[in-house]
Amino acid sequence: MGRVRRALAPYLLVLPGGLWLLMFFAVPMATMLSLSLQEGDIVNGYVFTGHWQTYVEAISDYQTQLIRSLVYGAVATIILIVLAFPAAYWIAFYGGRRKATYLFLLLLPFFVSFVLRTISWRLILTDDGFLLRPLKEIGLLADGFHILGTPVAVIGGLVYNFLPFMVLPIYVALERIDPRVVEAARDLYASPITAFRRVILPLALPGVFAGVLMTFIPVSSDYVNSEVLGSSETTMIGQVIQSQYLSSSNYPTASALSFTLMAVLLIGVFSYARALGTEDVMKVAAR
Amino acid sequence: MTTSPPHHATSAPPGNGQHTGHPAIEFAGVRKDYLSHGEAVPAVKSLDLAIGQGEFFSLLGPSGCGKTTTMRMIAGFEDPTAGKIFLDGKDVTGVAPNKRDVNMVFQSYALFPHLNVLQNVAFGLERKKVAKSEIRRRVGEMLEIVSLTGMEKRQPKEMSGGQQQRVALARALVNHPRALLLDEPLGALDLKLRQQMQVELKRIQREVGITFVYVTHDQGEALTMSDHIAVMNGGLIEQLGSPRAIYERPASRFVAGFIGTSNLIDGRIAWVENGLGVIDLGSGERVLMPVPGTVQPGRDVEVSVRPEKIDLHRTAPHAPGLSVVSGVVSEVVYHGTSTNYTVATTAGSDFVVFDQNAHDAEDVASRGERVFLTWAPQHSYPIGV
Repeated sequence: MGRVRRALAPYLLVLPGGLWLLMFFAVPMATMLSLSLQEGDIVNGYVFTGHWQTYVEAISDYQTQLIRSLVYGAVATIILIVLAFPAAYWIAFYGGRRKATYLFLLLLPFFVSFVLRTISWRLILTDDGFLLRPLKEIGLLADGFHILGTPVAVIGGLVYNFLPFMVLPIYVALERIDPRVVEAARDLYASPITAFRRVILPLALPGVFAGVLMTFIPVSSDYVNSEVLGSSETTMIGQVIQSQYLSSSNYPTASALSFTLMAVLLIGVFSYARALGTEDVMKVAAR
Repeated sequence: MTTSPPHHATSAPPGNGQHTGHPAIEFAGVRKDYLSHGEAVPAVKSLDLAIGQGEFFSLLGPSGCGKTTTMRMIAGFEDPTAGKIFLDGKDVTGVAPNKRDVNMVFQSYALFPHLNVLQNVAFGLERKKVAKSEIRRRVGEMLEIVSLTGMEKRQPKEMSGGQQQRVALARALVNHPRALLLDEPLGALDLKLRQQMQVELKRIQREVGITFVYVTHDQGEALTMSDHIAVMNGGLIEQLGSPRAIYERPASRFVAGFIGTSNLIDGRIAWVENGLGVIDLGSGERVLMPVPGTVQPGRDVEVSVRPEKIDLHRTAPHAPGLSVVSGVVSEVVYHGTSTNYTVATTAGSDFVVFDQNAHDAEDVASRGERVFLTWAPQHSYPIGV
């Protein structure tokens, strides 16, 4: 009796989470996949016909937005690394007893809703706002200068919104480095720069990798920042999918675009892992 | 207390041709304060010390005595608040660790977790821009010395504690430093391995002829391996000397208590005859000790006697010319090679006696039995006289 129960225990433990995933992930995914291969319209209903041409049409119609999203995602991710690494480094090595406080301060803005925070950026960046107005008055900027509606505003918003997701994993990786290991490098004739390059950086790479996974994917598929801070010139694929679903009710195209985006991101992530020489993406992400 | 500075540990065995006429390491008036809550707390109060070329030198003391700070100042991880440090006669005060010709073996080994054994050991030579073929040769040679040949491709985390320890040793020694600093390197190993590594370390040190500075709180380790030991306490050197000198002639109560077991007797010298001071304990019991001619009767002294120097008798001995103290056995612990007695004595304190188990079993005193302890005058060591 006891032995049977012990043998069953792992399965019972995985059951609630498994059911949850099945219901809210696997089933919708399957539904979406089938939806992307259906034909019809919202009035007469959709029928599964295996019409894969929707993919070809969707990609050729929206390739600009798709490529733009990936470019914005890549640029934002690079800026995120550049901003997050020094911050994480400073907190991990110079934070002292206040490390937890600094991390909390970093997360503090994120107790406010994502959309609200992005709207407040709109107030800051607006043409006659408190940031641009004074600069225009003293003649530092031309009167017609604007940021809102440009890629700069959208990428700026994306970077702002996803900063903690880059800082935290890098911080965790740096925090785990034994300071004695850095001292050992210095003892073995490494200058501070060499010690950073040969010891700290390689040991922090898994954190950077995790940070890239946690930012590049949501940043590339984001639709809020471009919606609030951008213009028709900055439309991202997330906005297209959203409007195809909610405004045009063009479910097959929306689904096809979603799957295309997913495939592109997966290919991107795996080739990135390959390039870094990490043998197993998930193993690194789990570290 | 300290003996008069500077401490010179001379008569060291010759090093590997590194004869510069200077001590390998020298401290001149070094003090080190740490800031704690805005207040300067001294870790090392005053240090004058010279460590000879090719010596196995130990810094021994309890935690917080300043021994690790002293070592970190040699490595360059800490700068002295005052005073100067010399390596081979060259002032290195304030010089960065990477520009000092000393290497360290860390307590936790501090191996580079992302590099394999070969890359770990080659790290220092690569920084010094040694030619690739030369690096390969020297690393191979060093791995042979520490018996790790064939493990070049292993990652540190795939190795046992003892093996990691050898990698750390090889990684430091391969650079042929002027001095090797070892910070409690055997602390994380189990007893058996630790004893093996003690012998091994001593062998390697003889083989490479490099000055070893060994930080430890384990007095047994320091006694078995060192040419000279500096016993530190409270940021000062309490005593510096050979293991034998420190064990046989402790310069302070602290050293007597910290190194091995000591029986301490407080008393007043009643009279001096034939160069022997006598503490009279009454009813024929007495403590005899050699004293210099300047010592007068009436002087208060503290006498240290090592437990293995004492003979235990079950009947009153006829022992003219020996110290005699009686007491009641309060504890008997059998240790195989010896039996350890604790005896509550008339001299006022509990005595510990190590009795070699060379005689028959029935000859063993039991708890509650009245016994007599005797020892030769030269085994009484009056501290600080």
